[in-house]
Amino acid sequence: MSTQHHAIPAPVGGNLVNATTFVCGVLIAVMATIILIRLFFGLASTTNVNDGYSWGIWVVVDVFIGSALACGGFCMALLVYIFNKGQYHPLVRPALLGSLFGYTLAGAAITFDLGRWWNFWHIFWPGYFNVNSVMFEVAACITLYIIVMWIEFSPVFLEKMGLHDTRKKLNKVMFIFIALGIVLPMMHQASLGTMLVVMGDQVNPLWQTPLQPLIYLLTAITLGYGVILFESCVAASAYRRQIEVPLLNPMARVMLGIMGFYLFARFADVTFRGVLGLAFQFNYVALTFWIENACFAAPFLLIGSAEARRNPARLFLAGIAVMLGGVLLRLNGFLIAFDTGPGWSYFPSLPELLVTVGIFAAEILGYVIITRRFPVLPREDAQLAH
Amino acid sequence: MNTRRDFLKGVLASGAALSTASIAPEANARETRHRPAEGLGLLYDATLCVGCKACVAACKEANENPPEFSTEDHLWDTPLDTSGYTFNLIKMYRNGTMETKDAEVNGYSFMKTSCMHCADPSCVSACPVSAMSKDPVTGVVGYDPEACVGCRYCVVACPFGIPKYQYDSPTGKIGKCELCRHRYKDGHYSACAEVCPTGATLYGKTADLLVEAKRRIALAPGSVTTYPRGKLGGPDQSYEAPVGNYLQHVYGETEYGGTQVLKLSAVNFAKVGMPDLKPEAAAARSETIQHTLYGGLIMPFAVLGAMTYVAKRNVHHEDDAPEQAPGKEGS
Repeated sequence: MSTQHHAIPAPVGGNLVNATTFVCGVLIAVMATIILIRLFFGLASTTNVNDGYSWGIWVVVDVFIGSALACGGFCMALLVYIFNKGQYHPLVRPALLGSLFGYTLAGAAITFDLGRWWNFWHIFWPGYFNVNSVMFEVAACITLYIIVMWIEFSPVFLEKMGLHDTRKKLNKVMFIFIALGIVLPMMHQASLGTMLVVMGDQVNPLWQTPLQPLIYLLTAITLGYGVILFESCVAASAYRRQIEVPLLNPMARVMLGIMGFYLFARFADVTFRGVLGLAFQFNYVALTFWIENACFAAPFLLIGSAEARRNPARLFLAGIAVMLGGVLLRLNGFLIAFDTGPGWSYFPSLPELLVTVGIFAAEILGYVIITRRFPVLPREDAQLAH
Repeated sequence: MNTRRDFLKGVLASGAALSTASIAPEANARETRHRPAEGLGLLYDATLCVGCKACVAACKEANENPPEFSTEDHLWDTPLDTSGYTFNLIKMYRNGTMETKDAEVNGYSFMKTSCMHCADPSCVSACPVSAMSKDPVTGVVGYDPEACVGCRYCVVACPFGIPKYQYDSPTGKIGKCELCRHRYKDGHYSACAEVCPTGATLYGKTADLLVEAKRRIALAPGSVTTYPRGKLGGPDQSYEAPVGNYLQHVYGETEYGGTQVLKLSAVNFAKVGMPDLKPEAAAARSETIQHTLYGGLIMPFAVLGAMTYVAKRNVHHEDDAPEQAPGKEGS
């Protein structure tokens, strides 16, 4: 199999200053300015969040959606180390890198949304933290996971710095961090769904269910695979490399399997609770429910057959559909189908949007720098031209 | 062969871990909590309220809150809703010609908006750092800004929309009614009840207030009865007045396991802004899920143990690259 050819990771090389990194740098500078204004003048100076919608996109998009889109690393580890599918190994490092940035920036993003951020350490301090709080579980778990991911990724830096002894020692205990790196995201991705439960009837019944942890966990996993489809195609096109179709094809099949189970669970839940009727009313809530689920169903049409899964364009589109579905599920629960009573509305302000854009720019910039300078992507002889 | 066997082990181990942990969820079911026996609260009777807003002004003063303006001249404190700086407000229901007080059609009614001091508060369950807490004796839901991280989960969680944040400040706090617990040591009680001229807002133990509320709704509308003012069981400030056309519903008796602030109205509660809530508190449901999954960290450790075991067997894929031949990579 061509795996042998791809197996060893190597730096892509090339110039760090180009159009992409320059644009990212500008967007990051804009974000930094807006964050400074927010820190000196309060949330109202830059955002549209209000007492009806106290969580805007800085929470729902940057953290809840950002972390779900960063599930690629954990999804690949699950396949390679738990289900022993070694052939996917070349995808592990790039996926882990995406996760590392996604989560680290989600963690950074939440701090400037916190109204009293200087007390942040209370979340980890006995005497302050509240074990009944879903937020406590999510915050503690995400923080631990970020640390675990940096340890998981550290061999890349150790290789680069030539610290082979340290790397070997670390590798002997790496299985512990790999296991933690699978259990921790399972825990907090499930809990991100549980966060809706305490909000009660404010959340539309189509999204308010005790099954929430399962729904969020399953979609986080499918999102992980969807992001890898998307990322592999984008990285291949940006760096003019081959697309790893022989790997993506079977992985996409795993994703379809989990998604089939998810769709079954989702519709069984709304039917069993007797709220499916809400999906057949003539309003935007019903519309967004169907768009969300159509996104999860679309990949069955796009890449249902083995032949279709060999088509990179179809794999790419299926990846996007899954990502959109997962994004909408979270937007719907926390914002679109969240109704806190008459008189309240929310749409993000321009500065608010620019900060979210800046976060994603920082992820792209980090990804470019690390893949160009450190051994992450599988070595490919053809790309030496860069 | 080896690969397949390890794969099956992975499936079995994770399956076993998940099923062990899901056997014992019932033990973690957390029932909705009820009011503490000596819990303190308010009884708001919309039929007695004349909309003078003395309680709004007294609340501002007692909590040292600044005025908020909604008119151009900025002459008076005119908040349109509770906020990080307004913890108590009288709102008005209006319909048609607004001829008759406490009539749903062509009438009007008042409704007090302030913290309900739930028996099983969502804000307390949601708060990650115990900045929201419920006093075990008085049942007052208090806020500690020194503990608060400003995540605003309480703002999002509350079904009454009560905790509010000060968005205009770089050091904003959450603002909400704490039943004037800071005034008890000086012999005072809730400022809103202290100043209410008609006894529409009455302070006392919720158990006593509930008895008083049930006495009122059992009376014939139009008959005359005695209404206490200020503090129930305190100095006698009572007066006689005709009985209103009460709905047979004491709001807060059972909602979300009961609240310590109770309300009476002649106009449908949903129409005057009080949501329809089940007797089961959302906090109970959320904590049942949370403790079923994470109680004693049993399930996380079981899954972690299984994952560690399987990962240790399979991790050899990682180790020897880049020096060694990648032939070990399964194919």
